[in-house]
Amino acid sequence: MSDLQSLYQEVILDHSRNPRHFGKPQQWTHHIRGQNPLCGDEIDLYVTLDEEKQVIRSIHFDGQGCSISIASASFMAEHLSGKSRTEALTWIQRFFQMVKTPFTEPLNEEEYGDLIVFGGVRAFPSRVKCATLAWHALESVLKGEGKEVITTE
Amino acid sequence: MVGEVRPGTEAPNTHSERNKGVGNGLSTPSPFSVYAIRAQFPVLHRAMHGKPLIYLDNAASTQKPQVVIDTLVRFYSTTYSNVHRGAYALSEEATARYEEARQIVARFLGARSWREIVFVRGATEGINLLAFSLGEYFLREGDTVVVTEMEHHSNLVPWQMACARKGAHLRVVPLREDGDLDLDQLETLLAQKPKILAVTHVSNSLGTVNPIRQIVEIAHAYGVVVVVDGAQAVAHVPVNVQELDCDFYVFSGHKIYGPTGIGVVYGKEEWLDRLPPYQGGGEMIREVTFEKTTYNDIPYRFEAGTPNIVDAVGLGAALQFVELTGREQIFRHEDQLIKELEKGLRAIQGVRVLGAPQKRVAAISFVVEGVHAHDIGTGLDLHGICVRTGHHCTQPVMRFYGVPATVRPSLAMYNTREEIERFLAALEEVIAFFRRGSA
Repeated sequence: MSDLQSLYQEVILDHSRNPRHFGKPQQWTHHIRGQNPLCGDEIDLYVTLDEEKQVIRSIHFDGQGCSISIASASFMAEHLSGKSRTEALTWIQRFFQMVKTPFTEPLNEEEYGDLIVFGGVRAFPSRVKCATLAWHALESVLKGEGKEVITTE
Repeated sequence: MVGEVRPGTEAPNTHSERNKGVGNGLSTPSPFSVYAIRAQFPVLHRAMHGKPLIYLDNAASTQKPQVVIDTLVRFYSTTYSNVHRGAYALSEEATARYEEARQIVARFLGARSWREIVFVRGATEGINLLAFSLGEYFLREGDTVVVTEMEHHSNLVPWQMACARKGAHLRVVPLREDGDLDLDQLETLLAQKPKILAVTHVSNSLGTVNPIRQIVEIAHAYGVVVVVDGAQAVAHVPVNVQELDCDFYVFSGHKIYGPTGIGVVYGKEEWLDRLPPYQGGGEMIREVTFEKTTYNDIPYRFEAGTPNIVDAVGLGAALQFVELTGREQIFRHEDQLIKELEKGLRAIQGVRVLGAPQKRVAAISFVVEGVHAHDIGTGLDLHGICVRTGHHCTQPVMRFYGVPATVRPSLAMYNTREEIERFLAALEEVIAFFRRGSA
């Protein structure tokens, strides 16, 4: 089961079992629903943006999905809350770039930092959409696209 | 060769009985041997993630036997040209093979005539054809079309579209917890005299076999036209359209060991004769002037444009292969396997099998407490096991059972007991991984 472990690293299993920033918050400034029609993942992202300071005050989410999509949303909410809009967009791009890197190429740990736990999805093309769902949703919010729903298809 | 031929061990009675009426170059079969069958499906011999491939996604599509692959290659290599009206021998040969395929389909379904067989791209296109043509023929504002809660989206959406076009209503026969249709509700709905009932023969997500003959009888008593979606049925249950007495029956070639891109609409001659065409173009016409076009006879009226000639011939080869292997034997084999599979699944803690219908064939859906279907699917993939995970294009069924997605293993003639055992063992391992976080 070593392959399964390379995809589902401890960090991912932990985030999927005990998702952080999970549940609908009292207040938010932006809401978007992310859907992955392929496997029925559906998450609601609640973001509070400080427009003046261009900072993400908080990210929360709820919904249902496979462990990859839930862990990825949880990880993102934890790591990008408090980041500036520009910083967060950079991390989002980095995340997309990482999952697009061919599996045969080693990932630069310095470049990707903690994101690297999700590097295993590269071996499972059908799961990349699960991993990127929350990130696409947040990107849409940060870019001010005004979408209510975003899908990964 | 289909059978496992050992000199002196063949059962003479089955030998002579099943040697009749098939002449596609295959050897005479001996009693059913799943290993001899497997030998004819090249893809089953490859490895996946370093393990022998176990293909349990047959409800999505089946693998192809060598005879079907060879038929396609040979036809392209020796016989190919466009069909109908060619003033040369090659076209006549190709036409004869294409029309022979239609005859094979007619015999396979037990149709009265080859004129009742229309070639289409697949079951989905077949249902779209019927929803359009029946809709144009007699669906009026305020009319009703009845479908069921277990339909694949492809036997639901085309009817929704037809209803929207015509201002008709769509009513739904509910599912019961056990995965069977509520036949009392069905009769109540039919008693209100809808125009059309569209119902699946076998549920693609639950494996439920619907009592089509009984349903057709009720429907006809109220004068309702019955369209049967046979996509999941033809490869797994006996189908004889005259016995079923349905007005229309639709299936896809690729789910019965044939090529993709070819499917069939069966329609009773008196019905097809009345229906307006679905698409306009070449072949479907008799005479064309700028003022008016008169249409060709059935089935050609419904086959506008150059048809999928080669895949139709490939489908013919697939159906002959099934006949030669022996439908009864295949179904008996699959019946044993699905029972073992269901028993094994129910014995695993935390596994919830959806429904317990009176008769289930070839497919079964389950969920695992605390583990998402997609994670199970990936875990099984690493064991070389192909299963489908998701909603299986039956979102109403998922909503009925209150689950976002299920895992659905599904069977074909070439699956074995060993594969079922390995599937169950792998599943337990995968569940354990997600429960404990390590294997």
